[in-house]
Amino acid sequence: MENNNFDYKNIPGWGLDIDERNEPTYPMKNYTGDDHKRLDYEKPLQQPADVEILQSTERPTLSAVFGNASPPSGLSGVIRRYAFKHSEDRYRHWIPLIIADRVNAWEGIIADLRNGVIPNILAERGWKSELKYNRAGLTKKIVITGVISLLLLSYLKRKKR
Amino acid sequence: MNYRGPYRVRIEQRPMPEILHPEDAIVRVTRTCICGSDLHLYHGMVPDTRVGSTFGHEFIGIIEEIGPLVTEVKIGDQVLVPFNIACGRCNFCKQGLYGNCNESNSMASAVGGIFGYSHTAGGFNGGQAEYVRVPYANTGPTVIPADMDPDDAVLLTDVVPTGYQAAEMGGIKEGDTVVIFGAGPIGIMAARCAWFFGASRVIIIDHIDYRLEFARNYAKCEAYNFKSMEDPVVFIKKITDWYGADVCIDCVGCEAEGNALQTFTGKITLMQAGAATALQWAINSVKKGGIVSVVGVYGPPFNYVPIGNVLNKGITIRANQASVKRLLPKLIEHVQAGRLNPKGLITHKVPLEEIADAYHIFSAKLDECIKVVLIPSTKS
Repeated sequence: MENNNFDYKNIPGWGLDIDERNEPTYPMKNYTGDDHKRLDYEKPLQQPADVEILQSTERPTLSAVFGNASPPSGLSGVIRRYAFKHSEDRYRHWIPLIIADRVNAWEGIIADLRNGVIPNILAERGWKSELKYNRAGLTKKIVITGVISLLLLSYLKRKKR
Repeated sequence: MNYRGPYRVRIEQRPMPEILHPEDAIVRVTRTCICGSDLHLYHGMVPDTRVGSTFGHEFIGIIEEIGPLVTEVKIGDQVLVPFNIACGRCNFCKQGLYGNCNESNSMASAVGGIFGYSHTAGGFNGGQAEYVRVPYANTGPTVIPADMDPDDAVLLTDVVPTGYQAAEMGGIKEGDTVVIFGAGPIGIMAARCAWFFGASRVIIIDHIDYRLEFARNYAKCEAYNFKSMEDPVVFIKKITDWYGADVCIDCVGCEAEGNALQTFTGKITLMQAGAATALQWAINSVKKGGIVSVVGVYGPPFNYVPIGNVLNKGITIRANQASVKRLLPKLIEHVQAGRLNPKGLITHKVPLEEIADAYHIFSAKLDECIKVVLIPSTKS
């Protein structure tokens, strides 16, 4: 099974970046010694914080620049604020963030409805392309969902009686 | 682009981004890609991915506006923008660790800022948009050479540097056998780049036949489907004379298939930060004293990996987000000399307006998709 049916040395660029000095390689090789100065380096100017930014407890200050997309809000925001009371080492940081993300998805639907927008979830999930490229798979999904729904409904009906 | 929750994205008109820092620039996006790692966000695998965020860390465009302290680029420049947001002057940037900048992410200390990659990576809106705010415009944006095809340029923002660095971190020696897990765009590029470092044998492992066929042709490597093997680790041992590969590279990350326990704990119940199957196979397939290079993306909490074997085999693990800025001069040279053909990876060009379909095609691997480029209507 050896790959000896072609001369790999003819591949364009083969061996061009061989460098015996390149060991240990990245990310080890450009060490400057500045790490011992810790955070004493030339800092960029600070971006003003005009929205709520949740800061890692493992940092002393905000980074000089940061993103201002989707500040925390609603119930998901409450959960995120709780998460950011704990370090990145803790499950109580990450698990609440995953929960907050799921809550946030429902908040997004509620916000859409409040704004008079009915979210087109099928379009958002790209079902047009599913229809175009995977019609058989889509049919299978619809049939399976339909059968499961019917079974569930008939079970609930029987239970009600 | 507006993320609405797992598996849901849509197009929406948003306010124009503004200069928020004197070193910011505003870039009008002309090409942007969906990265395999965007799918981890799309699938809801990365904590603190907020509804309303715009994804996209692979983009090129034209500088439309600059802050008062921007001197390295000017309005009208056509630039490619590395996916890392890097200040260029902290200790980490000065060491070439542009993916580990200490001044671009307030929300997590482990990773530097990344465009459009959740609040865990800084909460920046990304480039799957008509316009995007680009911080530290003196460091990141690089003017695209006049003779370079924009389709090549956009892949120099992430795919090419990440694939190249995956091979570089493997410390490949002349004559080495290199095994790459994952035949997505990054894995295919890593396979192609492994030859630059003198590999004598490059093997790629995946479970999707059309991708394996693509990799075989594009990267001139051997390609095998792990679903046709009883045990991928034994298979690799066997084809390396029962020695193990010299270098193994994980280009899959947290959504790997192939191991029921990893899938159940990592993808179904989220008891770990994704399924670490590829990393497990890499550790177990590499030779004693070998090197495992990791560029596949994992969530932050933790993963189940055979760390005992790392100790017992004396394996070196090297990993990092690609240091795009550091690698660009060399990679631009490879592209201009015709040694690398990044645009050969592109299989789909889709208007930005059809982003929901584009994500679904890429995620569900429909229509033999390898790489999707999105074209905003404001490109010209």
